[in-house]
Amino acid sequence: MQTYTVETFEEWRGIARQLLRSRVSPGDVCFHEQSSQGSLFDAAQEEQSVAAAEATTVISVPPKFLNLARVVACHRDPDRFQLLYRLLWRLTTLDSRLLEVHTDDDVYQVRRMEKAVRRDIHKMHAFVRFRKVISEEGEQFIAWHRPDHRIVRLAVPFFARRFPAMNWAILTPDESVVWNQTELVYGPGCSQRDAPAPDELEDLWRTYYGAIFNPARIKLKAMVREMPLRHWKTLPETEIIQELLDDAPRRVAEMIARQEGHARSAADHLPAELTWDALRDAAVICRGCDLYRDATQTVFGEGPTDARIVLVGEQPGDSEDIAGRPFVGPAGDVLNDALAQAGLNRAEIYVTNAVKHFKFERSETRRLHQKPSAREASACRPWIEAELKLIKPDILVCLGATAAQSLIAPGFSITRQRGEFLPSDWCGSTIATYHPSAILRSPTPAQRQATLSLLVDDLVRVRARLNEITHGTVS
Amino acid sequence: MLIEQKLTILADAAKYDASCASSGSKGTRTGSRLGTTEGMGICHSYTPDGRCVSLLKILLTNYCIFDCQYCVNRVTSDTPRARFSVEEVVRLTIQFYQRNYIEGLFLSSGIIQNADYTMDQMVLVAKSLRVDHKFGGYIHLKTIPGASDQLLEEAGRWADRLSVNVELPTPADLKMLAPEKKAPEIEEAMDTIKSRIDQFKADRKAGFKPDRFAPAGQSTQMIVGATATPDLDILNTSASLYSKQHLRRVYYSAYSPIPHADARLPGRSPPLVREHRLYQADWLLRFYGFQASELVAEADRNLSLDIDPKLAWALQHRDFFPVDVNRASRELLWRIPGIGTRNVDRILSIRRHHRLCISDLKKLRVAWNRTAPFVITHDHNPGLRSLDKLGLRDQLKVKEKQLLLFDSDESSIDGQL
Repeated sequence: MQTYTVETFEEWRGIARQLLRSRVSPGDVCFHEQSSQGSLFDAAQEEQSVAAAEATTVISVPPKFLNLARVVACHRDPDRFQLLYRLLWRLTTLDSRLLEVHTDDDVYQVRRMEKAVRRDIHKMHAFVRFRKVISEEGEQFIAWHRPDHRIVRLAVPFFARRFPAMNWAILTPDESVVWNQTELVYGPGCSQRDAPAPDELEDLWRTYYGAIFNPARIKLKAMVREMPLRHWKTLPETEIIQELLDDAPRRVAEMIARQEGHARSAADHLPAELTWDALRDAAVICRGCDLYRDATQTVFGEGPTDARIVLVGEQPGDSEDIAGRPFVGPAGDVLNDALAQAGLNRAEIYVTNAVKHFKFERSETRRLHQKPSAREASACRPWIEAELKLIKPDILVCLGATAAQSLIAPGFSITRQRGEFLPSDWCGSTIATYHPSAILRSPTPAQRQATLSLLVDDLVRVRARLNEITHGTVS
Repeated sequence: MLIEQKLTILADAAKYDASCASSGSKGTRTGSRLGTTEGMGICHSYTPDGRCVSLLKILLTNYCIFDCQYCVNRVTSDTPRARFSVEEVVRLTIQFYQRNYIEGLFLSSGIIQNADYTMDQMVLVAKSLRVDHKFGGYIHLKTIPGASDQLLEEAGRWADRLSVNVELPTPADLKMLAPEKKAPEIEEAMDTIKSRIDQFKADRKAGFKPDRFAPAGQSTQMIVGATATPDLDILNTSASLYSKQHLRRVYYSAYSPIPHADARLPGRSPPLVREHRLYQADWLLRFYGFQASELVAEADRNLSLDIDPKLAWALQHRDFFPVDVNRASRELLWRIPGIGTRNVDRILSIRRHHRLCISDLKKLRVAWNRTAPFVITHDHNPGLRSLDKLGLRDQLKVKEKQLLLFDSDESSIDGQL
C-alpha cells in the first residue's frame, strides 16, 4: 500500500500521473489530507517518492475529466482524491467513455460532488456582500463569506472580472484574497470577527428588499432552498424576513379589502336595453361616483338620436345643473354663437358631456366649477359610451381636454392636437377643439376673439367633413 | 421626498413585473470598468415569496396617464406617487452593484406626458450607466409602446434586453381592461425590436462590427387570471410570440390583488398553481416538441390543476405507451412523464454502454412514481401494470397537502405550491 498526503488538485495530478505510469491500481494506493487522521499502519510506512517512476509512457486523459477533477478536488469529502484516482484508472485502462455513464457508481458520486462544488461557487458569487470601508489608503470593499467547500481560488477570478476598478477583499475561514486592481493576492484565512462594520447602504438595500416582496405570495420553502440558512448571517436583508412575514397577512388583507372608489362605476347602473329613454331614466339615479351628492341632478345628453354629429363637453356648469340640460348657460351661448358662425344647426346635433354631474366648490356667493378627476371621468364613461353606441355619429367632436382624453387618448393635448380628424374607438372622424368655457376664461378680449375663431374654424372643418361623408369622398 | 421613500414606492410598484432574469447576454461589453454579464445570471437574494432578487427592479415613476384596470399605477388609483430623477436611478444602481447586491437594473415606468418623453428618460438612465460609468452589468429596459423607432433603437444599443408587455392574453382582454393600450401598437414595437435584432445578427455574420443591439433578446409578460380567457388561448398567444417574434421568454404573472382594483376584476388572486402549470406548459412548447392544442385537455380549455400537463397528456394518450427507454427516439422519450430533457440526453448516452434498468432511472432521479406506469425497462417493471387502470390519475396526483401559512388569508388556500 502506498500512501500520499494531498491537499490540492495540482499535487494530486502530479502523483496520479506517476502512479498511472507505474500502473499502480487504485486498490494499492491511499490518499490522505494533512488534517485527517492517518490509519494505524501509516507510521510504519514511508511515504513513497513519486519521482521514482520515469516519464516514459504517454497517458491520454479526456480533458473533460481534468476539468471535472479540478472542481471535485475542492470538495471537502476526504475520499475525493481516492475516488478521482479510481475513476482516472478506469478511464485510462478500461473505458475512455466512462463519463457518459451517469449511473455508474463512481461517475455518479463524482458528478454529485461536482454539482455541490459548482453550486457553492455560484452561491459565493451571489452571496458575497461587500461593505465599503474608508481608510487612509482610500476606499476598499471588504466582504466576509463562509463557503461550504474550498472554492476560493475557483470563485474569485469572477470578482476580478466584475470589479476590476475597485479595491476589494474577500475573507473566508480557509483563505483570504485581496484585489489591488492588477492582481489577486491570497493570504491566510480569517474569522468572522475580522469582518468589517455594516455599510450604511444596507438600510437602503433592506428597504428595497421589503418593497419588492409581494405579500400576496408566500413560498418560504422555495426561499430557504435557494438561500440556505447558513448564509443568512452575512446577508443583511435576512434580518427583516420575520418582520415581513409578520406583516404580510395585514398587507394582503389591506390589498384585498381596500377596493374602494374605483370598484364603483356607472356600469352598475346601465339599463338592460339600449334605448335613449332607458339610458336617460337610468342615469337619473346614477351613483357611479360621489358627484351625485352635491349636484342638483343628472344632466344627460340631448338632441336627435339619429344625429350625424355628436358634441361632447366636459361636465354641466352651474346653469346646466339647475336646468337639467347641457350647454344652456354662458358656455352654451358661446357654443351657439360658434355653431351659427360655422353654419351648423344645433337642433340637428346631439350635445352631451363626458361627466354627467356638476362638480363644484362653494365660495361665499357662487358655486365654482372644478375639473372632474380622472377617476370620476372614468366612472362616468359607461354613459357616454352607451350614447355613442346608440347614435353612431358620422363625426364626434370633443370640446376640451377632458372629453378628448376620455375618448381619444389619455395624453391628448388640445393646444397641440386640436383641429385634426382622427379615428377613435367610437367614430372614424373624431376631432377635438376648445371648450367654449376656454373662450369665456380668456383674459383679454383679443385672446377671446382669437380662441373663438379657432373654435369656429374647427367647426367649419366639421361641416366640410360632413359634406364629404355625404358625398362619399371620405367614409 | 427622501430616496428611501421613493425606493419604497417605486420598488413596490415594480413587484408585479415577473421577470428578474439577468441571463442571455453573450459576454461583457468591451471597455466596461464595473460589471459583467457572463452567460448565466445570478440570483443575489430571495424574498419570502420565493422569487429571486437579481436586478434592481424599479419604476422610474409610477405617475401614469393610462387607466389599465389591472394595474396599481393607473391614473385613477390613489396609490402614493413618486418619481426618480435619472441621476438617482444611476447612483442607486452603481451603489448596489458595487456591493454585489445585484446583477444590474430592470427599469420600467408609468407613462408621463407621452410615450416618447417617458422612453427618452429611461434611455438616458441606461446611456448614463454605460457611457459615464462604463457599467457592464445587465440592463433590462421595458419599452413603452408607441415610442419612436429612434428611441427604441437607442434603447437597444444600451440595454441587454428589451421587453414590451403584451399585458393580457388576447386583444379582447386588452380592450376590456386596458382600453388605451392597443394590440397593434404593442405588436409593432415587438416587430421593430425583432427586425433590429435580426439586422444586427445579419450584419455581424456578414463580417461587419455593428453596435450591440439588445444581445439578450426581448421578452414579454402577460397577466393571467384577470380575465376569463382560458389557458389554450394563452398558450396559443405564447406559441405565436415564440415563433413569430422570436421572444426569449414569455412571463406569466398571476393576477395579484391590487389595492383599489376595479369591480370588473376578480377580487382574489387566482391560484398560483395555474401560473405554475402555464410555465410547465410553456416549457413543453419550447423544449419538448408539444403543441398548445395537445396540452390543453380539459373540456373548459384550461390546463389541469391537479396534475402536470405532460402527465395529463400521457393519461389521455395511453395507447402511445409504454415507451421502451432502451429503444425509443429522443422525441418519444421527451413525452414520458417524469423525465426531463437533460435526463433524456443522459439516457441516450448511457444506452451506448448498457441497457437501462429501473435502478438506472432511479439513479438519474427521474420522477419514478410518475414514470413507472409508462416505460419498458430492461428488467421487469411492475409499475407497467397500472397503465390501463382507471384509477391511475388519482394514484399519480401529488398527495402533499397545500401549504397553509395564514389561515385567514384565502389566497394561500388556493395558491401555494
